[in-house]
Amino acid sequence: MGATIHRFEVEARGHGRDALAAQTAARLSGWLGQPVDAGAIATRRVYHLDLGLDDDEAARVLAAVVDPVAQTGAVGMLPDPWPAGTLVLEIGLRPGVTDAVGATVHRAAADCLGRPLHGAAYSSLLFAFWGPAAESVASAAQTLLCNPLIQRARRQSLPRTLVLEVPRAGATDPPRVEHVALRDADDETLQRISQQGMLALSLLEMRAIAAHFRDRGRDPTDAELECLAQTWSEHCKHKIFASPIELDGPDGARRVQRGLFREYIRGATEAVAAARVRDGIDPPQSPWLVSVFHDNAGVVRFTDADHLVYKVETHNSPSALDPYGGAMTGIVGVNRDSFGTGLGADLLTNVWGYCFGAPDHAAPLPAGLMHPRRIREGVHHGVIDGGNQSGIPYSRGFELFDARYVGKPLVFCGTVAAMPVTVAGRPTHDKCAAPGDAIVMVGGRIGKDGIHGATFSSVRLDESAPVQAVQIGDPITQKMMFDMLTVARDRGLFSSMTDNGAGGLSSSVGEMATSSGGAELDLSLAPLKYPGLQPWEVLVSEAQERMTVAVPPAQLDAFLALAQRYEVLATVLGRFTDSGRLVVRWGETEVADLSLAFLHDGVPLPPLPARLEPHTPQPPQLSALREPGALGAELLALFETPEHARTAELVRHYDHEVKGLSVIKPLVGVARDVPASATVMRVRHGRREGVVLGEGVHPFYADHDAAAMARACVDEGVRKVLCAGARIDRIAALDNFCWPDPVRSDRTPDGAHKLAQLVACCEGLYQACVAYGVPLISGKDSMKNDAFIGGTKISIPPTLLVSVMGQIDDVATALDPVLVAGSDLWLLGETRGELGGSSLLRRWGQGHAGAVPQTDPARLWPRYRAFAALVAAGRVRSAAALSRGGLAVALGHALLAGGVALEIALDAVAADPVDALFSESTGRVLFSSAPADRAEIETQLGPHGLVALGRSVDATAELRATIAGATVLRLAESELRARWTAAYVD
Amino acid sequence: MDAARTDAPSRPRSAWSFELGPIEGAHEVRVRVLSGWGLNCEAETAAGFRMLGAQSEIVHTGALIEAGAAALAGVHVLAFCGGFSFGDHIASGRVLANRLRFRFGDALARFVDDGGHVIGICNGFQTITKLGLLPAWGRSRGQGLAPQQVSIVDNDRLGYRDAWVRLGFDRDSPCAFTRGCSGAALEVPARHGEGKIVFADDASFARVSDAHLIPLRYVDAHGTATARWPDNPNGSTDAAAALCDESGRVFGIMPHPEAFLYPENHPDFTRWRAAGERPIAGDGLGILASGVRSVLGRWP
Repeated sequence: MGATIHRFEVEARGHGRDALAAQTAARLSGWLGQPVDAGAIATRRVYHLDLGLDDDEAARVLAAVVDPVAQTGAVGMLPDPWPAGTLVLEIGLRPGVTDAVGATVHRAAADCLGRPLHGAAYSSLLFAFWGPAAESVASAAQTLLCNPLIQRARRQSLPRTLVLEVPRAGATDPPRVEHVALRDADDETLQRISQQGMLALSLLEMRAIAAHFRDRGRDPTDAELECLAQTWSEHCKHKIFASPIELDGPDGARRVQRGLFREYIRGATEAVAAARVRDGIDPPQSPWLVSVFHDNAGVVRFTDADHLVYKVETHNSPSALDPYGGAMTGIVGVNRDSFGTGLGADLLTNVWGYCFGAPDHAAPLPAGLMHPRRIREGVHHGVIDGGNQSGIPYSRGFELFDARYVGKPLVFCGTVAAMPVTVAGRPTHDKCAAPGDAIVMVGGRIGKDGIHGATFSSVRLDESAPVQAVQIGDPITQKMMFDMLTVARDRGLFSSMTDNGAGGLSSSVGEMATSSGGAELDLSLAPLKYPGLQPWEVLVSEAQERMTVAVPPAQLDAFLALAQRYEVLATVLGRFTDSGRLVVRWGETEVADLSLAFLHDGVPLPPLPARLEPHTPQPPQLSALREPGALGAELLALFETPEHARTAELVRHYDHEVKGLSVIKPLVGVARDVPASATVMRVRHGRREGVVLGEGVHPFYADHDAAAMARACVDEGVRKVLCAGARIDRIAALDNFCWPDPVRSDRTPDGAHKLAQLVACCEGLYQACVAYGVPLISGKDSMKNDAFIGGTKISIPPTLLVSVMGQIDDVATALDPVLVAGSDLWLLGETRGELGGSSLLRRWGQGHAGAVPQTDPARLWPRYRAFAALVAAGRVRSAAALSRGGLAVALGHALLAGGVALEIALDAVAADPVDALFSESTGRVLFSSAPADRAEIETQLGPHGLVALGRSVDATAELRATIAGATVLRLAESELRARWTAAYVD
Repeated sequence: MDAARTDAPSRPRSAWSFELGPIEGAHEVRVRVLSGWGLNCEAETAAGFRMLGAQSEIVHTGALIEAGAAALAGVHVLAFCGGFSFGDHIASGRVLANRLRFRFGDALARFVDDGGHVIGICNGFQTITKLGLLPAWGRSRGQGLAPQQVSIVDNDRLGYRDAWVRLGFDRDSPCAFTRGCSGAALEVPARHGEGKIVFADDASFARVSDAHLIPLRYVDAHGTATARWPDNPNGSTDAAAALCDESGRVFGIMPHPEAFLYPENHPDFTRWRAAGERPIAGDGLGILASGVRSVLGRWP
């Protein structure tokens, strides 16, 4: 075949400017900290076609892929018009790495020649660098542009030689099933088997498996052990949330017998559901909570026609290794979760949130860790490409920075979907694979990508992290699959569906088999990306863009025909049974035979120890802020931190308006660059109802008081959606825990403290959710966010993300934080001296000083009811939830968003102006109203901590704050904007 | 007192000379919106035509090709919507354009000859340009598709960008989809990474420019066509944001009129509301309305 490989080179010509060269120069300039001349860089796209074409055919395909107006191309090599000394760097993918561009070239070639083509096409990029800095620029480019885990770089000088090598993947090994000698293994051997096999199984779990197979009189196969390891992984089984906990503390010992999930998470939701019944909030025949906890995502009632679906996931470990691919997989993966809920939902909007080391992190990094700036750039671009190419806008996005995220970045990705209440005469939220239904795998092919993803994310990151743990998404393959499955859903062609995420087929089939009572799979039927995969690899591969669907025999022909028409791969791999077993074969060879009972319920859950070490904060040292002019300088300085700097240019790369449904957008204001408190989106064309999204995330409070952190998160998320006009009786939340390893061990001597923090966090979460009547409809935990490299351990701060979803009856009534002139300006809620963990104290290097905000949800709820009633009555013009940075940042945002003058008095806010401006006390809202409504506002909110701040004036935009009539802060919008904009580090 | 009494900025003048809403007789206008293979704006594009009262149906591009020319019988408007056809992996619209040219080119040429209207938005514009439907100079009736004469390439500032832009109308353009303009600028979101319209040479540009085949240009706050970023998000030649053919019935536009069907889509709608203004529809709908009015020959 080698002789038939053709190389294409394509470059811009004429008016088709080389924009990639310009962008590369800009990136390298930022990276090197010195200007790089875009005029000394050229780029080309390179394709290698290993498709068995003859030369004439290759020429025809080239003509079809080169733009006749703006490009020029050649079979082989284009002439190199560059000066002597030019260095040429070509960056392509390693064997087996998903090459979506290559796949499209393959398709384009087949279209052009009008016949199917076997083989593969491969894409790469060529960069030429010349001039005096060629050597240093090329070296920087190789470091910055090539991630050796997934890519390979080739350097050449002029004259180049023609290279026809392709990263063809695969092996000729015949499929083999090995047995693993567990039955007679001692503890040391059991532990070694787990570690060497990347199984992440504890000794206790290995012993349980050995005992199970001793009873069965044989050793497990490699596939059985892998399947158990995936299913029992922390990632899939949530053992830390399921195990009993022995809590020891100053108030004595107690036991969380049912585990954290049952006691607090599910407990909160059950309490809220019971309260809704008790208070008669919903008609008895249509409870608001439609489907919680047992499906891929939570489902709540919305309109007569649609439910709302929401899921938020994390994809931390893969994003640490390959930021672009890992993060893209995060977003397209959670798309599958929401899509695959019930019989299928229509994807509506994405959310994202990232925690990174600071982009200007200057301290030395342990070998093997990527600089946070590079991780950040890759993560953003991965989620940008994944979301945009899938045609799903984003609504929410946040970034937090802390040195403890250098070891593992956190990448939260979520998706809201609308689920028709019924499809094809059935309730859409119900799914049930029946015995006899065919197991059909739909979407992409299986490769070695993502093998051990679930177990890998269940261990800390170290030098031996496997290459294949990284998957790269292909949004277009997935989009085509979703289009097809949506039509199949509407025609009633399948009975159940779930996505292939962590654990691959072993998890998806294992999970669906619980409803029918068993399954039989023949892995030899599975479509592979390349030959040579072993049966266990096919079973646990996490190759992307795949859904597993249960198709009743009567619909199978129609289903497969539809897939063919949509150019979507669909393969029957077996059938669901009621045997109580998961039976896997490769042709005639037995690969695995596991009882579902052992697979799903056999994992031992020993009690875990927890003990809280008390936190005793120092008082803040802020005497410098007492100097004249210091308050304004501090406000400006806060807007220059990475946490608060203007990111509009970066986030505008994310589409936020595709689908034509956006109402309150992620960025608002006269210059459309200020973050909205919450976003609002219409859900269906031709209807007025909308979904309102907000969130709370406060890892900087965790070290002080994890319960206070959780209450602050729920409070902020709820307050944000209320500020946009959400109905107060239909607010739901999602919990995402990212924790450092909380299980005590040699490497984690402080595990008991971290677990006690987790218990406290869950208690706070429960308390706030029950007080606000906010159920937790879905959630996820990622519990091993530690890096252990070269003897250095870096653990993230305990991080809880509470994502809140509200509903609004008419999007035309939605609010944003944008002030207009001629309004009264109010602060709702008391401000206390709560600077602990605040933006202010962290900027002063005192993150552990001071008292963190305490939240009393039962006391705040009447305030919110009164506020929501005024919003519903149309008495509120604009509203913003106070958050990080307190009133100072909220006022800064109001100034930037409104472009009008703000005249305010701080007297009634707090006795100390530093507290007044920078305290992060929860429960507070900055809002505006028409002067005509002043009396009404005072009557309704007077009992709830209302402070008349001042007014907005149609004058040159500036903020003027007084105390006792004396100006203590005066800041021009133009100055704030200039500093805010200049501070951004990309 | 009236809650509307405020210093809030009022809404700019509508870009259209007619009321935006259902059009008399539109129920006879049949619209087909293409979907599939990575396209993703079919729902809002179809919804826009539906708001005008037209019969608007989404059809998978594969089904259209399979059905052949018969699929276009009785169809008045063919809409190529936005998205990422085949990922835009080789270049935007390239693979879809080739596939249509190879397998459906003659049917498309005949559709245009027979008086059909074609609108391409964003990826749809890129596709119909690479397909030769635009600007299609020198092509006469009965011939197959013209060769590609113009291209749409990477923005000068590389990368996808989503931001609202202002578009100024060329009132001398033959374009059917902009004929009902009022003279005020049209505000719509631009969302693309490859939106720069380029010509093979100056003569090609002159040919398009002289015939007023650039119906819309990116303009600044004063309404003047501009090459300056971000008012012009991509560096397009002569600030061109759209193209049409000489008949005016084939039209392509980079920004997204179908993303501004409702007043609440506009970033300033809360400020308009504070000023007491509640328009009934979004100005983007006017592009689709002009097209439907052109089919019906019904102008106010």
